[in-house]
Amino acid sequence: MKTKSLLAVVSAGALLVTLAGCSPDVSAGGSTDSAGGDAGSCSNTIVNKDAPQVSVWAWYPNINTVVDMFNKSHDDVQVCWSNAGQGADEYAKFSTAIAAGTGAPDVVMLEAEVVPGFILQDALVDLSEHGADDVKANFSAGAWKDVSSGDSVYAIPVDGGPMAMIYRADIFAKYGIAVPTTWDEYAAAGQQLKDAGGPFMGDFGSNVPAWFTALMTQNGQKAWDYESADPQNIGVELNDSGSKKVADYWADLVKKGIVDTQDQFNTDYIGGLANGSYATYVSAAWAPGYLTGAGASTEGDGADWKAAPLPQWDPANPVSVNWGGSTFAVTTQAKDKDLAATVAKELYASDDELQDGVDTQTIFPLNQKILASDAFADTPVKFFGGQTANKEVYIPAENAYEGYTYSPFTTYYYSELTKAMVSIIDGSKSGSDALDDLQGTMTDYAKAQGFTVK
Amino acid sequence: MTHPAAVLRAPSRRRNLRRPWIGWLFIAPFGAIFLVFLVAPLAYAFYLSLFSKGLATGTIFAGAGNYIKAFTDPEFLSGIWFVIRFAVILIPIQMAVSLAAALVLDALTTRLSRFARLAIFVPYAIPAVVGTLMWGFLYSPTFGPLTDLFKVVNQSAPEILSSGNIFGGLMNIVVWQWAGYYMIIIYAALRGIDPSIYEAARIDGATPRQIALRIKVPMISSAMALILVFALIGTLQFFTEPQVLRPISNGSITSSFTPNIYAFDLAFRFSQFNYASTISFSLGIVVFIAVYIFLFASRKRRGGLS
Repeated sequence: MKTKSLLAVVSAGALLVTLAGCSPDVSAGGSTDSAGGDAGSCSNTIVNKDAPQVSVWAWYPNINTVVDMFNKSHDDVQVCWSNAGQGADEYAKFSTAIAAGTGAPDVVMLEAEVVPGFILQDALVDLSEHGADDVKANFSAGAWKDVSSGDSVYAIPVDGGPMAMIYRADIFAKYGIAVPTTWDEYAAAGQQLKDAGGPFMGDFGSNVPAWFTALMTQNGQKAWDYESADPQNIGVELNDSGSKKVADYWADLVKKGIVDTQDQFNTDYIGGLANGSYATYVSAAWAPGYLTGAGASTEGDGADWKAAPLPQWDPANPVSVNWGGSTFAVTTQAKDKDLAATVAKELYASDDELQDGVDTQTIFPLNQKILASDAFADTPVKFFGGQTANKEVYIPAENAYEGYTYSPFTTYYYSELTKAMVSIIDGSKSGSDALDDLQGTMTDYAKAQGFTVK
Repeated sequence: MTHPAAVLRAPSRRRNLRRPWIGWLFIAPFGAIFLVFLVAPLAYAFYLSLFSKGLATGTIFAGAGNYIKAFTDPEFLSGIWFVIRFAVILIPIQMAVSLAAALVLDALTTRLSRFARLAIFVPYAIPAVVGTLMWGFLYSPTFGPLTDLFKVVNQSAPEILSSGNIFGGLMNIVVWQWAGYYMIIIYAALRGIDPSIYEAARIDGATPRQIALRIKVPMISSAMALILVFALIGTLQFFTEPQVLRPISNGSITSSFTPNIYAFDLAFRFSQFNYASTISFSLGIVVFIAVYIFLFASRKRRGGLS
């Protein structure tokens, strides 16, 4: 009996030791080991094993190739990349890491729209103190403004989404429709299609609040008056007359059945685009790459996609807007912030890295090295049947883009804007009323979160 | 009356009392994991729920303030109202389906019954996310079979994921997913009944239907109570299915559709960890109350049966 119980004590003790022995290892593996070199957690191979490492979260489909190119061309620093999910999934992990105070990477891929929210949580490093100005000249003023607040710079732009209208030339030809250049012409063309029993002119999906925000911005909405340097104060103006005009315009198209109300980025919508249920897709520069990747073929089924500039409200004063795009930011959890800033500035920035992004249709590069090059401008885009869409549509749109001021609670705003769009779609509110209510909701929210509303 | 087993066990219990620490040692591995991965996170979440932090303000102690806010928050209350309605309608349907299936399978003795048992159970073996995605495709107006079916009679197919129909659409998925599991629990309980009782009933002239309704159902009432509690807790914590259907729901599944989705969005999309903890605990309180009410209501009846 005595030996048995002794054995029990020993084995139970051994178990406890194993358990205790586990925990430090687990936490060490979990935290990012900034610049320390924990090769085990990288999804890529480290080329120069002696160089300090910088951990990066990113979800570009070709990031593996780009990281390899970067590591081969750098002796002083190596990127240790992993994919923490796309968009909201990554932000959820990043938010958790911020709240936990540990576990964030050194460099994180973010869409510009969420950058102010993370600045407010003290999660991002002001890169103007780490040489961001060295690369400022590489970007358009609008792209730079999207990642700046006052003199501070919180991310380095990589990929942009200047908006345009892509359309089915075959459908337009079949119904004798000219390419619309104004929104009035767009509505008239849609009516003409509907009267002739044709497909939908376009789509007003409730899950693309960023798209709707861009279209309201095009007509003069200046939704947020906010600077990260002054994080206690915010101005909210969502229901100005220009925005209301846009909301009522789309509400009218929905009511008349000229546009569909299908959520986007899902198989139903892609299927609809591929089988000719929509004559146009008001979209951004990433659309051809996205649609190609999603399997919307341009060959065989007679689909003849072309790109045209975004329709305008006032053709005399065209306004260029942006939907989507992404950046690299340095987190405050990075141990060597200068080194992390180097990676943010130089990753996806060399000629061959950018060229790979262009060739694989992964990004619309914001870096002027590519954007201003003749090779990029003259590239015939296969999706558009060889049309030089970059030169004709997207590059002028990007260069005319003036930038946007985001709020620090973009995800909440988008969630509320989605509700407003649903009420427009189901007809329970007019466009103007939906925006008036949204103005009230967002003002209350800002106050409840401790902001002083200007 | 003293059970013989209790008499046998008595000396060993006394021996253990002499060295109570040895028992603690044996449960130490489990206890450590239990404390570290369940008790500690719960305590920490409760601690978080007592503080409040706005995006533009520091963390301040709120005490019960967050809970008062939660139980007056229309978004949380509408989510609670939805899951309660869902539970009230779903659970009877689910139990009727699984009970009917179990009774039929119990009565059948052919090889078909083994196959049918497996077929009914298979949906439970499919991960909830996969099953929900599959139903998402079946419901799809573009790819789903409904469009073709309704085309035959020149009607347009109903939009099952629209805000008016989502209730039924989700209910169908959940019944499909869980009826097999509950059926197995009921079936196992039925198998545990002494067959001589049926024999006695038959000698007394009971028809098969009477045997099923008057003997089998009362005798498995504790199994029914068990699955009802499971279903109640599961439904009040409804999350996976609506979360998976969200991208294709055309806006009918909002960020406060169910309390769990609300808590998830508050924490991981809106960075309000404190309030999200409060919502989680408030949901826990609601679940606790609901289960308590049910157990209290069913206590008397079950007491009379045993």
